[in-house]
Amino acid sequence: MTGLQAYLLLSSLLFAIGLAGALTRRNAILVLIGIELMLNAANINFIAFWHYGPATTYITGVMFAIFSISVAAAEAAVGLAIIVAAYRHSHTIDLDSMNSLKG
Amino acid sequence: MSISFLIIAVLIVGSTAAAMGLRNPIHCVLTLSITFGGIAALFLQLGAEFVGLTQIMVYVGAVAILAVFAIMMTQSRRGLMLGTFSRNALVGLLTAVAVFSVLGWAVLSQPVAGVTAAVSPVSVQQIGSSLMHEYVLPLELIGLLLTAALIGAIVIAMERKEDTE
Amino acid sequence: MTQTPDQVFVILKHWLLGYVPTSVHAIASAVLSILPLMVVFPLLFAITTLLERKGLGRIQNRLGPNRTGPMGLWQPLADGIKSLTKEDIVPFTADHIVHFLAPVLLVVAAFLAYAVLPVGRNMALVNLNAGVLFFFAVGSVVELAVFMAGWSSRSKYSMLGAMRAIAQMISYEVPLVLASVVVIMQAGSLSTVDIVERQATYTGIFPHWYVFTPWGFLGFILFMIAATAESNRSPFDLPEGESEIIAGYYIEYSGFKFALFFLGEYLGMFATSGIAITLFLGGWSAPLSVLTFIPSWAWFFLKLLTLICMFIWVRGTLPRLRMDQLMNFAWEFILPMALFNMVIAGLWRFMNPGAVRWFVCAFLILVPMFVLSALLKRKKKLQLRTYSFAE
Repeated sequence: MTGLQAYLLLSSLLFAIGLAGALTRRNAILVLIGIELMLNAANINFIAFWHYGPATTYITGVMFAIFSISVAAAEAAVGLAIIVAAYRHSHTIDLDSMNSLKG
Repeated sequence: MSISFLIIAVLIVGSTAAAMGLRNPIHCVLTLSITFGGIAALFLQLGAEFVGLTQIMVYVGAVAILAVFAIMMTQSRRGLMLGTFSRNALVGLLTAVAVFSVLGWAVLSQPVAGVTAAVSPVSVQQIGSSLMHEYVLPLELIGLLLTAALIGAIVIAMERKEDTE
Repeated sequence: MTQTPDQVFVILKHWLLGYVPTSVHAIASAVLSILPLMVVFPLLFAITTLLERKGLGRIQNRLGPNRTGPMGLWQPLADGIKSLTKEDIVPFTADHIVHFLAPVLLVVAAFLAYAVLPVGRNMALVNLNAGVLFFFAVGSVVELAVFMAGWSSRSKYSMLGAMRAIAQMISYEVPLVLASVVVIMQAGSLSTVDIVERQATYTGIFPHWYVFTPWGFLGFILFMIAATAESNRSPFDLPEGESEIIAGYYIEYSGFKFALFFLGEYLGMFATSGIAITLFLGGWSAPLSVLTFIPSWAWFFLKLLTLICMFIWVRGTLPRLRMDQLMNFAWEFILPMALFNMVIAGLWRFMNPGAVRWFVCAFLILVPMFVLSALLKRKKKLQLRTYSFAE
């Protein structure tokens, strides 16, 4: 296993754990956190490909990771705000009991 | 593959599994911040200093704290702890396992060696100048997005005075 | 010739390294660099506690500690022995692991911040390319430690204290970073060593410290206000206001863990003062070019002591703010001023050097400052204090 493959394997494991969390948890906040973990796994890929890429002077991978972190921050803020608003409406953040579209 | 990579990898995987499996949501967030720190360490190890430090600042300093606040604000009045896993957890778990096996197979079957040339860490000056030249449009867009997210989050989460119940 | 006292610690380190086998050279070098920092700053903490109690005593017209040793000089030692021998109580309902980890994380984060501080010429532990960013990243870990302490104690007071502390730290972290951005813009570098080097040049006998420019002065003031809030010191000590929530997030800690919190808080204060010195006050450089014969590290610690005395003075003088005053102050006055300061710093960069540039920038800073404060005063967001005394 080469160095790059080790990083890719780690990031896919992280992605899978995040996916599992997002699909199985009942707490809406933890579902959001699972999605954040998946984004982080993608960031590891960007940085690993940049590091093992043809020349480190092409910093596209690094830039992509920076932008991805900013987008993830915005996503977390809006997502958590939505969860808080939803909690105020239905008094629960249990995703299994949030099953009606009617207010 | 170095010893430090192995240690960090084990730490990341362990804390991530804990973050997604523990019962108490606060514990989940705390172990999650270990994951974020570990990923930052990986970035530092790979020579992306700026990204690693930004990772700590944004994720540990902001996202984890925000998540903790959200958990505090949404503690259910009927009983603190809700069931940990959803009813159809098995389907989700199987999906995740399937995704991991496909990804792992794809990674391991292709012998991508990568170029292990002499790695020069990316400097902040380099990042700064390319943000101002090639990436100036994405930078502006990110600024717009963050502003919109800031305002949007406040508007969504703000308590309305006359709640139409 | 004059270089010897300046570099005495660097020379000493290299001399000691000569006796170490080359196989463990890297580790020995790291230990020899880290160990002095781990000794000097806790020592400074001990001195500061005494200085603070004495100084506050003097401000409040009393004597302060004077029983242990001559003039109470052994007081820090006595305090240390007391906290070490006290019983370590963990509340029954507390989350034991998190309760234990919180003070450890706080102190580790506080110590990590010293890694990028240049305490003298060639005396920074590491010269990180993104040193200032490292400092703020480590500083943001402190928030998590505070939350862990407050939450794991399972006490209403500690939870309230932690919530107040985090809200305050997040609100003031933004102006803290924005106030230091002006220096980074001017220096063109995030490395603390580079920033000090830029300021250690002289015109005539006067140094090029950033605090001597209009934007640098405003930045320094904003930075120090935000730093006071960030280190939970009076007048921003709501998270641990004794008369309101007793001791805030570390109310349920006793014995050595309590001492660790105390240590962590003071180390944080020294670190933010140190970074303020690095960014605005020229780090280890002498204030006049004729004074460069005094070693650089002495200048750093002199400046640090001055800032510490200022913190003590402020603590003894100003009464505590209210929570809404605190938040309004951060978001409606400090933040806009910090943002405006960045514009001024940009303008400064593109204007020709000279007295004209100085006065134009100073004018452009003063006008919005007065307009903003008058506006906020009219909207009753910021008010002058009115005192009503008991008859």
